[in-house]
Amino acid sequence: MEYMTLFIGAVVVNNFVLTKFLGLCIFFGVSKNLSASAGMGMAVTAVMTLSSMLAWLVYNFVLIPNGLEFMKTAVFVLLIASFVQLLEMIIKKQAPALYNMWGIYLLLIATNCIVLAVPLEMAEGGLSFLMTVVYAIGSGLGFALAIILMASCREKLRLADVPKSLEGLGIAFILAGMLALAFLGFSGMI
Amino acid sequence: MNNLWLTFKKGLVEENPVFVLALSLCPALAVTASVITSLTMGLSVMFVITANNMVVSLSRKIVNPKVRVPVYITSIATIVTVVQLSLQAFAPALYKALGIYLALIVVFAIILARAEVFASKNKVIPSMVDGLGMGAGFCLALVIIGCIRELLGNGSLLGIPIIGDWYDPALIFILPAGGFMLIGYMVAGWKMWTTHMEKKKAERGEA
Repeated sequence: MEYMTLFIGAVVVNNFVLTKFLGLCIFFGVSKNLSASAGMGMAVTAVMTLSSMLAWLVYNFVLIPNGLEFMKTAVFVLLIASFVQLLEMIIKKQAPALYNMWGIYLLLIATNCIVLAVPLEMAEGGLSFLMTVVYAIGSGLGFALAIILMASCREKLRLADVPKSLEGLGIAFILAGMLALAFLGFSGMI
Repeated sequence: MNNLWLTFKKGLVEENPVFVLALSLCPALAVTASVITSLTMGLSVMFVITANNMVVSLSRKIVNPKVRVPVYITSIATIVTVVQLSLQAFAPALYKALGIYLALIVVFAIILARAEVFASKNKVIPSMVDGLGMGAGFCLALVIIGCIRELLGNGSLLGIPIIGDWYDPALIFILPAGGFMLIGYMVAGWKMWTTHMEKKKAERGEA
């Protein structure tokens, strides 16, 4: 039950993008195109889960025994950045088509707040290993859900007649605001 | 001296990190529900970006270009940790209010971008001025957003009630949804204003 609450909470109630404002660069950057958004959502989920697991191990077996908790910010950033770099090299070799599709955005994930946020919250809340994994997957799926919804709306928007100064980022923000309003309906669910 | 002023001003208006470059938007929304958190966040970022620009500029001849990004990240992470620990010690309430977002300064694109674009190619003083300008632009944007959100959403500024009891606060401005929409309109407003100024400048140039 505890895991279920954590999972649902991460997907909809405390959606990373729409209530915590994390990962906005990718959210607005990639959401112009639906298929790229779906790919990005999956990429973020995968990277987030793997890197949170890694961060949990390092935090609990290296930092805490040595009393170095205050170093967590620096350690997590470097850990995740190098991990994503490694992942990028592997994907480039093994699946070039996938690599071409995401382009620079895989590198964007490397130093993105959304990926760093889960390890930091894990450290703050003292989550167990399994809970960290569940939380990371939930947060990733929450991000995927938000970006796919956003991309579907923006594809429709292409045909709309938007005032000149609102074009691009302006209207995207207002759209995100409306989505956030919709997600507000989930608050108080758990 | 004139050049330094131009470098400073550039970050404030023409290349304002939030409104124009649309970088580091996460904090611009997450911590701006009240003025005091916006200001703390803005000043923290200003400090980090200036200090980091200084470090990067000082070490630009020693660091091998191949490993520059990890070096920048380490430098930023160290400075952010300093800010975190100082705030925790001297202003625990604010530290708590900013929560995870303070640590997330590490991954602000704007800081890495200034290190890469400016500080790695310029001398120490201009780099620091560039950092101050960009930081001030960021701080300014955050405080403007914070003022509007707190005033409309809570009827107060810095926690002091400004508007009388007759005003029924529009709660939506403190909520995430209002934050998104407000930024949307502000980006549009900024765009309108700068295009208007450019047009005016062009007209004057021709006349």
